[in-house]
Amino acid sequence: MIFLELFLTFFKIGLFTFGGGYAMLPLIQEAVLEKGWLALEEVVNFIAVSESTPGPFAINMATYVGAEVGSAGFTGIESVLTGVFGSFCATLGVVLPSFIIILLVAKIFDKFRKNKVVAGCMKGLKPAVVGLIGAALISIGQTVFFPDGFSWDAFGGVGLWISLAIFAVMCVLSFKKVHPIVVICLSAVVGIVVGFALPLPL
Amino acid sequence: MEERKNLAEGIEETEEVSAPAPERKKGTLWELFFTFFKIGLFTFGGGYAMIPLIQKETVETKNWISDDDVLEILAIAESTPGPIAINSATFVGYRIRGFWGSFFSTLGVVTPSFIIILLIAFVLKEFQSIPAVQYAFWGIRAGVLALIFKALLNMYKKSKKNLFSYIVMALAFFVVAFFEINVIFVIIGCGLAGFIYSTIAERRMKK
Repeated sequence: MIFLELFLTFFKIGLFTFGGGYAMLPLIQEAVLEKGWLALEEVVNFIAVSESTPGPFAINMATYVGAEVGSAGFTGIESVLTGVFGSFCATLGVVLPSFIIILLVAKIFDKFRKNKVVAGCMKGLKPAVVGLIGAALISIGQTVFFPDGFSWDAFGGVGLWISLAIFAVMCVLSFKKVHPIVVICLSAVVGIVVGFALPLPL
Repeated sequence: MEERKNLAEGIEETEEVSAPAPERKKGTLWELFFTFFKIGLFTFGGGYAMIPLIQKETVETKNWISDDDVLEILAIAESTPGPIAINSATFVGYRIRGFWGSFFSTLGVVTPSFIIILLIAFVLKEFQSIPAVQYAFWGIRAGVLALIFKALLNMYKKSKKNLFSYIVMALAFFVVAFFEINVIFVIIGCGLAGFIYSTIAERRMKK
């Protein structure tokens, strides 16, 4: 049953994500690729959508994956209904673990935070998240720069060099505190101009 | 409960006379829902980006909680799993109105993204085949990589700089990047390693 699977998968993701923002990315990436729900390229596309729309990344991602997976194989009004229900299941799944855990620890929070086991685990979890996002960056970098898989031939194409250039320029802009939405819009404009000018193969 | 409410109202009335009153106001469930709906609607990027808005709405505008509570939210969000948005909405809601408070706050913070992304998910499908959109996303993917890279560096800068941290970072990176080990196992393993490390470190301190 796909809806139960959506719920359980996102429940697991919610339960094992520590820290905000992209901390969830390695888990989501692994889950959707393993289940064949989305291609890594689609995940990256959606990160851009999530950055340019309001709301937390986790909720946006759960809603999107739920809609995609839930509506797959249906058409018309049926696909809308199953898509909405899929989104509902995935979002409920990702929300429930934190909701339950916060309710449980809200009363004893001070004890919880100073608890030696919790504090000890956090010492390992925080650097782990940094390493995991690093690993996610490598595999995402591979799909961005080598969409057809890594090959030395790709270095002969213009496409790779332009996307490397976009990456470099956008890194500089990001570090100059340019807003993510501006970074995304600029990248889109460059993509459209370069895409039609070359033209890039679709 | 009723008694406490009356007490709170009584304090509110006298507040103007004997300022500054340390007592906090209590929002209704509807107010909680609406406030967190607004927070969900106006935060882009989520996560820590949400904290300043939570502070402004719940401390400055509504006077439901104090600045110290906001710091506490940050601490709790960092030491419990799940998205920070959900952790903080649940926590603030609970502080103000108990279980139903956290229910409506969480519902409020989730609803805007849920509706907006549902609409986008269906629209995106229709537009994905257009060449201009495909080219745009080709460029965007390189830009997103830059955003993730920046987020990674920021997280690295904030993390503890000691040998143990470096080893955990490197191990987590290598096993997932090159050996396709399940991410959840790595997280559990690193949590355990942190616990063992801090236990050993503490024993040494005692000696």
